[in-house]
This record gives sequence, structure tokens and C-alpha cells, in this order.
Amino acid sequence: MKKVIIQKNAYYDSVFLMLTAKAVKQIPDVKDTIILMGTEVNLEILENVGMSMPETKNATPNDLIIAVEGETDAALEEAFQTARDLLHKRQRQVDETDEYRPASFEAAVRMAPDANLITISVPGTYAAREARRALDHGLHVMLFSDNVSLEDEVELKKRASEKGLLMMGPDCGTAIINGKPLCFANVVRQGTIGIVAASGSGLQEVCSCIDSLGVGISQAIGTGGRDLQARVGGRMMLMGIEALQNDPKTKVIVVISKPPAEEVARKVIAKLKETEKPCVVQFIGQMPQEGSELLWYAGDLEEAAGMAVALSKGEGYPGRTLFLSEAALDEIVERETRGMARNQRYLRGLYAGGTLADEAIVVFERGGFEVHSNVQTKPERMLRDPHVSRKHTIVDLGEDVFTVGRPHPMIDFSIREERLAKEMEDPEVAVILADFILGYGSHEDPCGAVLGTLGQAKQKAEDRGGYLAIVASIVGTEGDFQDLEDQRKKLESVGCVVMRSNYQAAMLARKITEALESRGAD
Amino acid sequence: MFMDVKKINKLFDEELVVINMGLDAFGDNLKKEQVRVLLMNWKPPAGGNKKLISLLEKLDK
Repeated sequence: MKKVIIQKNAYYDSVFLMLTAKAVKQIPDVKDTIILMGTEVNLEILENVGMSMPETKNATPNDLIIAVEGETDAALEEAFQTARDLLHKRQRQVDETDEYRPASFEAAVRMAPDANLITISVPGTYAAREARRALDHGLHVMLFSDNVSLEDEVELKKRASEKGLLMMGPDCGTAIINGKPLCFANVVRQGTIGIVAASGSGLQEVCSCIDSLGVGISQAIGTGGRDLQARVGGRMMLMGIEALQNDPKTKVIVVISKPPAEEVARKVIAKLKETEKPCVVQFIGQMPQEGSELLWYAGDLEEAAGMAVALSKGEGYPGRTLFLSEAALDEIVERETRGMARNQRYLRGLYAGGTLADEAIVVFERGGFEVHSNVQTKPERMLRDPHVSRKHTIVDLGEDVFTVGRPHPMIDFSIREERLAKEMEDPEVAVILADFILGYGSHEDPCGAVLGTLGQAKQKAEDRGGYLAIVASIVGTEGDFQDLEDQRKKLESVGCVVMRSNYQAAMLARKITEALESRGAD
Repeated sequence: MFMDVKKINKLFDEELVVINMGLDAFGDNLKKEQVRVLLMNWKPPAGGNKKLISLLEKLDK
């Protein structure tokens, strides 16, 4: 049975509502719970999941909808009560702070006349208008919201460049300005490496790798993932490079992007050549090109970090700091494959970070593997159903198809747990590859949250007479509140192999997969 | 191509003062990092009425 309650004029942010719904879903005999604001997009979601009811049809974006499906009346009642309790608790927390919280942008800038930056994470439908007003007021903007049209992005960035302001985003998940982490970001030491990135998890990975090498960041500017598409023209990346060139604290400039439009890539490279500072370029998936003394091309994100660190010290790049020696790696491969059944052969990469998924695909393709994915650039290897893996598969679980009405897998691990539960039923799976992203914005205990499921997956393989290898990397720093060391130990406690970077984790998973292939050829 | 980025470089030299519009968690996290931040109690404008919002947008432009 299904029931819905509507609270008029009660606005809450979407992440809070999704986490509330998750808590309500834990109640016995509650089959499904959806809590959202009555926006047009959300009403469509309700329709699609079969929770639309006559009373929801007239809901407005300021109306809160709590929809529950349960087995019994008592379960429904308990669900609504739990939801109401959590909402009241939240409201009390807000009311108890002494601060007055303005509802309008005009009131906000009156209250904070010296504000110099705004972070905007409102639903996409409203985001462009708010960003435009902020730019017109002279504020630098970090626009976290997605679902902003390309047309609006072009217009906003044009406006920003005319005014000389930062327009980070739309869909910009991370940035570090003046040492302060914005939205999803790691706590890194301050230093001399400046980064401009059209990739959220790519930026987090590079920052974390730089930090682990004992060096720091001057500024890390996010541009949103579409900045280097032809229509946007790399506008914000070019401005970011120029600002880093002028910044006396920045000694080295790093740029990161998914493969850019060719003409935009040319512009970015030309711009980097104009600067007098050493630069590192990492376009995911592009083979490193011949660089010059001041312009280095990295083959992967970790290498970009290593090169930047070397350049910041005025040294040559000594090569990757290997977490483990080749011999130690071979030993791990032997150990991990020893107990596998003859039919175990496939990789399943379950990713929260989009760019990290892209990087893992590249690692496997460079090794000659065909990888199926929901983020494949090759149409013939695009997963027909993103929910179902095929042979070697790497999925980006942060894609819209998985996150409609649910928090991103960096916040809520149930998306990954559900997928892992499916993968563990497949006797041909040999290796699970996964990323764990720490830092502000992310889950408070990302590794702890999935330990139970990881353990079950291993057990299931053993019960079938096989063995499941799980290879992971953690994006994080010693400064992150989740405790990097503790997170690593948690994963290792259930037999996961934890590597220092996503690249090294993907390489190890590849070596294991290669060993299984050559075994098959014997 | 000349780009005027003086305001961005000025930002790099200033104390960050942030207005947080949207997810409260982002504002709360900045506070933990000793950033001066004003949390807004944002609600969809014009009661979320699409027609009114598109009129407002036209006025803004």
C-alpha cells in the first residue's frame, strides 16, 4: 500500500531529504520511501517510480512530498512519524542558531556586503538565474548545480569573462580557493602548485596525490566538466591559467580535463606556452606527447601530480613513486589469483568518481582489454543497460541514470552496495575495482559503510569454490576528517588490496586480469 | 588574447567571504574551516511558478 503526505511551503534541501528518505527506508515493512520537493522534475520522478498520486499532481516546488510504500498501516505510520521527527529536528537546528538566514539574494548581499564568492547548489532550473545575479553583483561563483543547459553555461561564462570573475561550473563539484575547500574537496596543504580542472574527481585525485608527496596547492579552480567542449571554448580554463600565471604564489600550473575538443585543446596548450611557468597537462585518455622543458604531458592523474611536484622543486621527473615494488606486485597477483575458480575472469569496476572511472577504462584499454561501460566513448562498448554488467565492465555510478532522486554515491553508498550485490552473484567475476573518496561533502565513513557487503562478496565467491579479488584506492589526505589511515585499515581488514592512487589500483586490477587470461591460454 | 583577470588575482589575496545558497552542508563545512560564510535559507523564487520565474529571468537580463 502507498500513501503520501504533502506539507505546504516547507522547503528543505535535496541532499537532506534524500538522506531522510534513506533513514525511513530502514524501517521494517517499508518497501520504498521518496521525500522530495514538488518541482516539475521531481513530479516526473514520482510518476516514473509509480509513486505519483492524485494529490501530488498539484504540488508546487515549495511543497514537501513524503511518499511511502509499505506492507502494513503501522509501517506507513511509523515511516511518516520518523520522517516528521527528522524534519522537525532539522528545523530546530536551523532555528536554534542565532544567525538570521536570508531567503533572497538581495537580502544576502545586504547582510554580507564584503562577500567575494557564492556557492550555489540549488536545483538546476533555478541555478542559472541565481548565478547571473551573483555575477552582476560582482561575486565570483562556484555553481555546483547540474541540469543547467549548455546555452546558459556559455552565456554565464561569457558574462563572467566580461566582468573578470570566476564562473566555476555548472556541475562544478570541487575547488580549493585560498586554501579553503569548496563543496566536495580534500583538506590539502597550501603550496605552490596551481590547478585548473574540468573534472571533479580528477582534481581531487591530483590534489590528494600532491599532498601525499609532501607538497601543497596554491589554488585549485574547477571549471565544470563541459568547459573544454567546443561551444564553451575553454573560457574558464583559459582565465584560470591566466590568473595562475599572474599569481606570485603559483610556481607550477597543472591542467586536467577529459579529452577536449581539438581546437580548444590547441587554445589551452597555446595559452600554457605563453606562460613563463612550468606546466603539466593531463587530458584523460590522450597518450602523452613530446613536451618541452616547461610543458610536460602526463599519462595519468597520479603522474600529473608527480610531475608537478618535481617541477615545483626544480627537479626532473624521477618517475612514479611506486607504492609497491614490481616483485611485491607480482606476489600480490599470485596470491589474489591462486584461489580463483577456472571460470573467474572478469573485471567489474564500480566507481563513484567519473574521471576515475574514465582513467580506469583507459588503463585497461591500453592493456588491450575491451571494457564495457556506461561512460564509454566507443559506442560499440557502451552498456546497453547500465544496470547490467557485461564481461569486463567499469561503471560510473555517479551518472544520472543511477542518481535520479538519490544522493550521489560519494554521499550514499547504497547505490554501490546494490551493484556489488548483483556482481557477487556472477560466478565469472574475478576482480572488483573501486574508488573511495574522502573529504568534505563525502560520506563520513565511506569505507566502513560498505565493509559488510565487501565481506559478503568475498564469502560468496569462496562458497562457490573461488576467490574474489577486491582492489581499491582512496582519494584523501591526512587532513581529511574521515581519517585516511583508518579508512585504509578498514578495507584491508576484509582482504581488500588498497593502492596509493587510482592509476595504480587499476594497473594492479589489470595485472590480475592479465594473469587470469594467460592462465586460460595454458 | 587579453583577459582581464585582476579581480580573480585580487580574490587570491583576500580573505574568503562566502554566501552559501543551497545545500547547507557546504556552508557548514566552510565554517569548520574558519571561513566567514552566510548561510541562506533559499527557496524557489515566485513560489516556484515557472511563468513568473521566466518573467523574472527576462527582467534580469
